[in-house]
Amino acid sequence: MLAAQIMALIIFLAMFVLIIMDKFEKQYVTLICGLLTLIFVFGVAMQSLEAVSRTLNIRGIFTKGFWYAAEESASSGINWATILFLAGMMVMVEGMARVGFFRWLCMTIAKAVKYKVVPIFITFMLMSFVLSMFIDSITVILFLAAVTVELSQLLKFNPVPMILSEVFCANLGGSATMCGDPPNIIIGTAFGYSFADFVKHTGMIAMISMVFVLVYFYLSFHKQLRSSGKDVDIASLPDPKDAILDKRGFGISAVIFGIAVILLVTHAMTGLTVATIGVFVAVLTVVTTFIEAGKDGLKEVMGHVDYKTLLFFIGLFVVVGGLEETGVLSVIATFIEEVSGGNAHIMVAIIIWVSALASAFIDNIPFAATMVPVISSLAATSGVHLDTLAWALSMGTDIGGSATPIGASANVVGMSVAAKSGHPVTWGEYCKHAVPATLIVLVISTLVIFARYL
Amino acid sequence: MEKQLIISIGREYGSGGHYIAEKLAKAFDLPLYDHNLLDEMFEGKGVDIEKIKRFDEKALFGLTRRVRGGNSAPEIGIAEAQFEYMQKIAKEGKSFVIVGRCAESVLQDYDCLVPVFVLADYDDKVKRIMEVRSFDEKEAKKAILRHDAHRKHYHNYFCKMKWGDSRLYDLSVNSSALGLDETAKYIESFIRAKYQL
Repeated sequence: MLAAQIMALIIFLAMFVLIIMDKFEKQYVTLICGLLTLIFVFGVAMQSLEAVSRTLNIRGIFTKGFWYAAEESASSGINWATILFLAGMMVMVEGMARVGFFRWLCMTIAKAVKYKVVPIFITFMLMSFVLSMFIDSITVILFLAAVTVELSQLLKFNPVPMILSEVFCANLGGSATMCGDPPNIIIGTAFGYSFADFVKHTGMIAMISMVFVLVYFYLSFHKQLRSSGKDVDIASLPDPKDAILDKRGFGISAVIFGIAVILLVTHAMTGLTVATIGVFVAVLTVVTTFIEAGKDGLKEVMGHVDYKTLLFFIGLFVVVGGLEETGVLSVIATFIEEVSGGNAHIMVAIIIWVSALASAFIDNIPFAATMVPVISSLAATSGVHLDTLAWALSMGTDIGGSATPIGASANVVGMSVAAKSGHPVTWGEYCKHAVPATLIVLVISTLVIFARYL
Repeated sequence: MEKQLIISIGREYGSGGHYIAEKLAKAFDLPLYDHNLLDEMFEGKGVDIEKIKRFDEKALFGLTRRVRGGNSAPEIGIAEAQFEYMQKIAKEGKSFVIVGRCAESVLQDYDCLVPVFVLADYDDKVKRIMEVRSFDEKEAKKAILRHDAHRKHYHNYFCKMKWGDSRLYDLSVNSSALGLDETAKYIESFIRAKYQL
């Protein structure tokens, strides 16, 4: 087993280094590392077809529990529920983008606050938080940052403070729900949590934090923003209605989004799993887009789906499966338990702060996928309730990524939109504003988890 | 000029590539783009142009991450915005001379592109930098090493083929052989012959 453990660890570390180096597309990195895990760890070292089968986890898809009744599923191997849910939501979001939904929403809110810069700043932060609870933060920032830049040119203000705040709030909003951020989907589907479970626990922490974050960003930027945006003729600004590219399609995509939200909020009651919800909204989007916009419209929607991320997930789960099957993750769990001396407070603090530190520099998705089996093992041996560790892991991985320009996908997208529009942001400028906000949320998360669960 | 013509000049630091680009722009009566490309791109958009220029044609060091085609590094964002702008004005049918900025690769699909690379003997480059920048010999040598390393790194990050690889260019010319003015004339005659201008 030692040879298998060493091989699994080498492949895992190589995968992480290659992802950080960013020389090759990350889906190729994880898929090739996944293949190497199957061949060398399970095939050559363990000679276990059973381990291959458990890791590929295809049998799970054909069970009733995968589609109906949120039963606790095994965390081993490929988490197909996460992949199907993400794929479904991607299709739905692309359907909404095709008809101009997000640009319309941003413009409508800007108009509602009479195109005043500080109210736009505050409402866009709130909108970023709320939208990211249901939609992936990349899409939210892609549209929000683009509209912010557009408004900054019309209203003559610097868009960087607004983009930085929107990105942070998108990450914070993502931590509030099961579907907001990929680590939460991984944690939720692995341990059988519902949407409501996340809202009650991480959602509550995120909402408390949001109040502090709003105040923090307001105090940081209001003077700079207040002095701009004057002497602009509101009548000359674009009408939100112009953002709608297909009126009927717009109505349909808004209804599908509403259905997705209702299904997610009620999935613990209806028994529909997130995989079912993902597939359902994807099918609805595909069928309605085909009817409304024909082959070209469908091609446009499907062409924008981020298949690379889905493939990245598949490879990643196999590599992490290698660590799990060989018992490496149990070793890490034992190590955390020893370091904390069995003290639940120290254990939770380690999980939150180490997860946050790691997520600030490396992709939080592989980190969360690796830590899920670790906290499962830790809960079994230490006696600390799994839920407590899960919420700690969720907040640590979701929020830690906010601290640096590379920590979370939304940050990267926001910085890219800013630079391409002539507003480059350096690491120093980014961290100067994002690190204090991250620390505020991490301290709040730690205190709330200590007070509520320990 | 009726026919569209785009001349891209890649250059070693101190080779006089920029001077030759100026001569060619004058000879063909074309606008010359170097860092002023950014001025045109962001004109009237309320940006701090001096700040942007700090990231222009800069090699990338440090941690970066790419998500859905966007990159966290401002150097990459600025470069990609320039590439998109080059593509846009080329597509609109504009003729111009452009210095550096991976133009030979970014615009490689345009038949009207004449990609040129200008190099020079090391001693001539040192001498030229000492004259133009008022550097002493040591400073000039350091500057050549630093600038060429940056240009190479920048180019090779974005392009498949390596900086200075002769297969990328219609002409790869050593300006030490004929001197700057004659090299410019030589390139001009090559372009006139190629496009029957």
